[in-house]
Amino acid sequence: MAELEQKQTGKKGKKKGRKKMSTRIDLTPMVDLGFLLVTFFMLTTTFSKPQTMEINMPVKPKEEVPAEEENALKASKALNILIGADNKLYWYRGLPTEPIDPIQETNFSADGIRKVLVEKNATIKEMVVLIKPTDNANYKNVVDILDEMSISDIKRYALVDITPVDLELIKNL
Amino acid sequence: MPKVKVPRKSTLIDMTAMCDVAFLLLTFFMLTTQFKSDESVIVDTPSSISEIKLPDTDILNISITNNGKVFFTIDNKNFARERLLRKISEKYPQLQFTAEEERAFVLTGSVGVPLSQLKGYLALDEFERKTYSQPGIPVDSINNELGIWIMQGRLSNPNVRITIKGDQYCPWPIVKKVMNTLQDKNVNKFNLITDLEVDPNKLKGI
Repeated sequence: MAELEQKQTGKKGKKKGRKKMSTRIDLTPMVDLGFLLVTFFMLTTTFSKPQTMEINMPVKPKEEVPAEEENALKASKALNILIGADNKLYWYRGLPTEPIDPIQETNFSADGIRKVLVEKNATIKEMVVLIKPTDNANYKNVVDILDEMSISDIKRYALVDITPVDLELIKNL
Repeated sequence: MPKVKVPRKSTLIDMTAMCDVAFLLLTFFMLTTQFKSDESVIVDTPSSISEIKLPDTDILNISITNNGKVFFTIDNKNFARERLLRKISEKYPQLQFTAEEERAFVLTGSVGVPLSQLKGYLALDEFERKTYSQPGIPVDSINNELGIWIMQGRLSNPNVRITIKGDQYCPWPIVKKVMNTLQDKNVNKFNLITDLEVDPNKLKGI
């Protein structure tokens, strides 16, 4: 545009003197450079900071806790979730030796464990969830279950080591 | 019939506006950017609905890869890394580090070598260090070096926050070992680094 105007005036005007130079500069290379840098910064930047999930573990007892004290948790309020191999999930209520609800297999879907958790949380007062990952579980499974706790708004839960009795229960299922 | 004259238009476009936009974006990105730290470990974290953001500094991170290797890193706020290395050589007099090795330690990212190999690892040049496959820090109950790293890390930066960045498919026993180590060192509160996932409860509202 600018150049065109310049040419026209150049033809028409027959004034003598210094040739009027256009003040317009071709900005294309500058735009190129600008976008090149924009692309560079866009690709190297990290926008989303990683999320974190806070977890509080109980203080490790200095000496062995007597057995009666350890079982202080009322069996009727305990919901056990066992995480097995290959994303398998089992749950039962009560003590492993005398479960109130017998062991059942479920899965990580919304109709699986979440349904159980919401249902039980509504019926059982002060429910405590014991999460017991087996050695074949992977980290994702555990994080998913911890996540389910916050989804179903369960305040009381604990990560517990699996017992041989629990493993026996899975095996016999 | 009279010919319709199509006026010739110049193909040149005024670039000023585009230039403005480009530089506006450039300024924006330059000011907001935080460079991705070059991690020597690739960890694919699981996702959770938690929305707590991680601060940039005062972080002591333990990464666990999918094959169960454990790596340690701490950010260098107030020269915490230099102090950490000095504390380690105080505790282990057989490990004395030169100024050069100290500099290398400050610049390097995650460390995943047993203490006995640390000197050798730091002696490598920057490129070699990136390609070197680190064996991971031992976390066995007999030789738990991770505990030493955590302890000295906390001493060199007392208000450090401890995070675990585990891979999705990392086996649970390794994570359990790391958590037990943390509990042994009286760290009962720590953060798990996760990706963002949509909360199904929030989706219901839409």
